[in-house]
Amino acid sequence: MATTAEHFQGHAEDHGHDHDHKPAFFARWFMSTNHKDIGTMYLIFAIFAGVIGGAVSGIMRLELAEPGIQYLGFFSQLVGDDPSNFNATLHMWNVLITAHGLIMVFFMVMPAIIGGFGNWFVPLMIGAPDMAFPRMNNVSFWLTVAGFCSLMFSAFVPGGTGMGAGTGWTVYAPLSTSGSPGPAVDFGIFALHLAGAGSIMGAINFITTIFNMRAPGMTMHKMPLFVWSVLVTAFLLLLSLPVLAAAITMLLTDRNFGTTFFDASGGGDPVLYQHLFWFFGHPEVYIMILPGFGIISQIISTFSKKPVFGYLGMAYAMVAIGVVGFIVWAHHMYATGLSVNTKMYFTAATMVIAVPTGIKIFSWIATMWGGSIEFKSPMVWAIGFIFLFTVGGVTGVVLANGGVDDVLHDTYYVVAHFHYVLSLGAVTALFAGFYYWFPKMSGKMHSELLAHLHFWVFFVGVNMIFFPMHFLGLQGMPRRYPDYAEAFAYWNHFATVGYMIMAASMGIWFVNIIYAFAAGRKAEDNYWGEGATTLEWTLSSPPPYHQFETLPVIEETAHH
Amino acid sequence: MTQASSAVERARQSNRKVALVALSMALGMLGLGYASVPLYRIFCQVTGYGGTTKRVDEAQAASIKDSGRTMSVRFDANTARNMPWEFKPLQVKDTVSIGVRDMALFWARNDSDKTVTGTASFNVEPEQAAKYFNKIQCFCFTEQTLQPGEEVRMPVLYYIDPAILDDPDNKDVEEITLSYTFHLTSVGDAKTLDQNSTGG
Repeated sequence: MATTAEHFQGHAEDHGHDHDHKPAFFARWFMSTNHKDIGTMYLIFAIFAGVIGGAVSGIMRLELAEPGIQYLGFFSQLVGDDPSNFNATLHMWNVLITAHGLIMVFFMVMPAIIGGFGNWFVPLMIGAPDMAFPRMNNVSFWLTVAGFCSLMFSAFVPGGTGMGAGTGWTVYAPLSTSGSPGPAVDFGIFALHLAGAGSIMGAINFITTIFNMRAPGMTMHKMPLFVWSVLVTAFLLLLSLPVLAAAITMLLTDRNFGTTFFDASGGGDPVLYQHLFWFFGHPEVYIMILPGFGIISQIISTFSKKPVFGYLGMAYAMVAIGVVGFIVWAHHMYATGLSVNTKMYFTAATMVIAVPTGIKIFSWIATMWGGSIEFKSPMVWAIGFIFLFTVGGVTGVVLANGGVDDVLHDTYYVVAHFHYVLSLGAVTALFAGFYYWFPKMSGKMHSELLAHLHFWVFFVGVNMIFFPMHFLGLQGMPRRYPDYAEAFAYWNHFATVGYMIMAASMGIWFVNIIYAFAAGRKAEDNYWGEGATTLEWTLSSPPPYHQFETLPVIEETAHH
Repeated sequence: MTQASSAVERARQSNRKVALVALSMALGMLGLGYASVPLYRIFCQVTGYGGTTKRVDEAQAASIKDSGRTMSVRFDANTARNMPWEFKPLQVKDTVSIGVRDMALFWARNDSDKTVTGTASFNVEPEQAAKYFNKIQCFCFTEQTLQPGEEVRMPVLYYIDPAILDDPDNKDVEEITLSYTFHLTSVGDAKTLDQNSTGG
């Protein structure tokens, strides 16, 4: 896979390191057109949003630590609810689950993995000086920030039963239409519009960059797998987000302008909204995980000091996952009265996805097989990813069965499943990528000891949170409630303890970042050594403000 | 120098072309999102998805033959929360010959002091039987207007397609329920399309 530009002298253009012609602070960061600066801003924004989204889940775990309602009233007062109104207190729970889902999906994982790492490393890896449309890149970023502000604002305006939008991240009608008067849901929908528009622009930018701006000799089949993963992701964004935009615009007109797209009294059907939402929603989960696959491929190859096993199979497995991801959406809707034949189709189609996913897991392990493995922190995170993602994948195959899902639908088993693939899968891939590339981006080495410690504490914490949820779900604990029967108390308390351990691991991470900037030693160009063969390692750490002014030439003979 | 700048210009044009293709794909999907509304309605009418019954004309109905088997049909009537009518079936249950047309009667009365127009939505349980439930005539095909205090008897002319007997998905179906819900369309002469007044 990886291509080495053997004759490319990264430092030849490094002459102007100190006179890079960087603009002044305001122009550089607020009107930025530099892919690395925009990538940095996306990463900082994602960390900020992730802290808020993580704090929201902290409130939820706090409330769920014991049966009964203990803390919700306090938090609902904070956003302006009447403390004597118990319904408003319970509504706060819906607001929290909505905020947690939307923030983590649209304002943490997507900005970090596509906006952050994608912006930083796609141009570097294909030998391009910048993105194809640098100014549009800037617009994408600020639209995402504006969307986040709109979502935050929605928490402080009335949403029907209480303050804030309490619809879940799925925003199902009729709860989101006749069930939620007040402006909160409108602000939530507006947030999705803004973030969606930003992501569509970003997708167009990535597609154009990857198709048109590869360095001479960098053919499609020589591109690093991370670039492949971002390309597939960009197509998924381009084809799925407009469908969400259409669906939520119909919600908006149903809410405000008297249309009845999803209202039976006017001939509409609320189930149509679910079809439209999940036609977007299922590709969306692959949007969050595919770039993670790309990152893991780079890392496994680097630290096994081997090219990725089955490069073409890996690339086209991602394409296959992307294509099949568009024809399985109704497996989220088994409980809406689908016929047996429809359920059979969606069960079979969903299980087919296990094949390309299996190819990926197999190839990662085959890459390590016989490799000269070095357990540096990114590698440890990457192996953790493979383990955690596989657990989530296996429960996914269980849930793919229409018959089994009739029992497990809307239980904590589902919560455990999608947190294993996203919270543990995608986020673990993000941390793997962070430790892999942080010294490249900042020019400072982090502490490997703290990075390993971060991994182990995080690993124990998240497994303690989410593994018991399988038990709770199988025992019938429904999701989306702030209270539960006494019988579920033990594992819920256990999960809350796990949350505290996970939160401590975040502390280690922040200490590590501070350490790197305060006392980290300077990172050399290729600090991971001979295994790291992609083009970003030919540049200095951090790379010059403008790189590849003379394009690198990738040799015909360059090995995969 | 001019060569270099023309290369830059060419690259820019090529970028623009790719971006325009990508943008048109996005706009196409946006259009498809909206097109899904009529497409979904047609899909439901053709397949009976979601309990959507079939509508047939006299000629089609005349070609159906009596199968000699019977099935029971239940009738159910509801009104939306803001609908000031009383609405009920005049027979709760009927035993009909499959393939023979039958008539069911519903009764409605406007209990308000205003002229009220309503539309009925309909649904069949179990859903897989819907595509065999054919209506020749129904009050639900059009809007109904009742003066204050007015009463009306409304017929539904229907038959069950004998093909239901050959469908393995319906082999355990012994009873079909036909359900109607009356929704408020307008009060007086003015149409009320206000969302908030038509919950349901």
